Amino acid sequence: MIDVTVNGKSIKLDSSMNLTDLLRFLNVDSQYVAVAHNGEVVQVLDLMCIVVNDGDEVEIVRPVGGG
Amino acid sequence: MADFLEIAGKKFTSRLIAGTGKYQNMDMMVEAIKASGAEIVTVAIRRLDLENPNEKTILDYLDWTKYSVLPNTAGCRTVEEALFVARLGRTVTKSNWVKLEVIPDPKYLFPDPVGTFMAAEQLLKEGFVVLPYIHADPVLASRLEKLGCSTVMPLGSAIGSGQGIHTEDEIRMIVEQSAVPVIVDAGLGVPSDACQALEMGADAVLVNTGIAQSTDPVLMATAFKEGVIAGRKAFIAGRMGKKSYAISSSPDEGVPRTIHGSLDDY
Repeated sequence: MIDVTVNGKSIKLDSSMNLTDLLRFLNVDSQYVAVAHNGEVVQVLDLMCIVVNDGDEVEIVRPVGGG
Repeated sequence: MADFLEIAGKKFTSRLIAGTGKYQNMDMMVEAIKASGAEIVTVAIRRLDLENPNEKTILDYLDWTKYSVLPNTAGCRTVEEALFVARLGRTVTKSNWVKLEVIPDPKYLFPDPVGTFMAAEQLLKEGFVVLPYIHADPVLASRLEKLGCSTVMPLGSAIGSGQGIHTEDEIRMIVEQSAVPVIVDAGLGVPSDACQALEMGADAVLVNTGIAQSTDPVLMATAFKEGVIAGRKAFIAGRMGKKSYAISSSPDEGVPRTIHGSLDDY
């Protein structure tokens, strides 16, 4: 069991997984979001290559109304 | 005569940039943006709600074949936060344009000039088209233009205040000195504020709250559109010179006089 922080919330996962699998686990469509891993923005093509480990921080964002 | 707003080599007919925040609902936002005639619309970048990850985003509501998206860094208090959000915004919107905001103080929402300059410098190195939101400071505007920013966006008054233009003299100076478009952003409450900015020679305005928080946003969007057009036409037409005394519009000669009741009788 590992503990990762996604959007400021603690989430428990069975094991390390890549970001594509994490998005799938969270039921997030990767087409409409941007993802950062430990403060680094991840390009869509790299989502599969980056593995989330215990203690990592992930940000998942989308655009909203703003001025 | 063709009259375009040109930013970073891209031409726009509309000189009204519309924000998409603070609307009662998305349908109203879509209709208001349509009515405004805006071709550039701003969006903010926020955390996805993990409880509702497939909720439609603003990208689903607007027809992006008709609009250029301008992600902002609203809410960022430091250079680092602004860089982070700009990069996230570029990834999710697929636009390398960014309306750069570095605002440490949530009460007055005035931009940090040093932080904005530093963030702009880095974002330009990373290939962003940077549109910095600044106080109406001619020196800072000039420095940002020299740095390579594609516009300068001086504020009229505090964000969301609807107080109109408090910075008239400074905006005139910025307009006079700038080779890049000057976009008056923040504080424009009614179309006459937008009209005033364009009359002064500003190239465009950015309006959000003035439209979104009006009683009828769609009607107000139309009114802002017309205010901007009127202001631009007036600027091109060239205003008359101001004079200290009245000058009659009707001929001074040939006024019929009566025998009685001349001025001498009073």
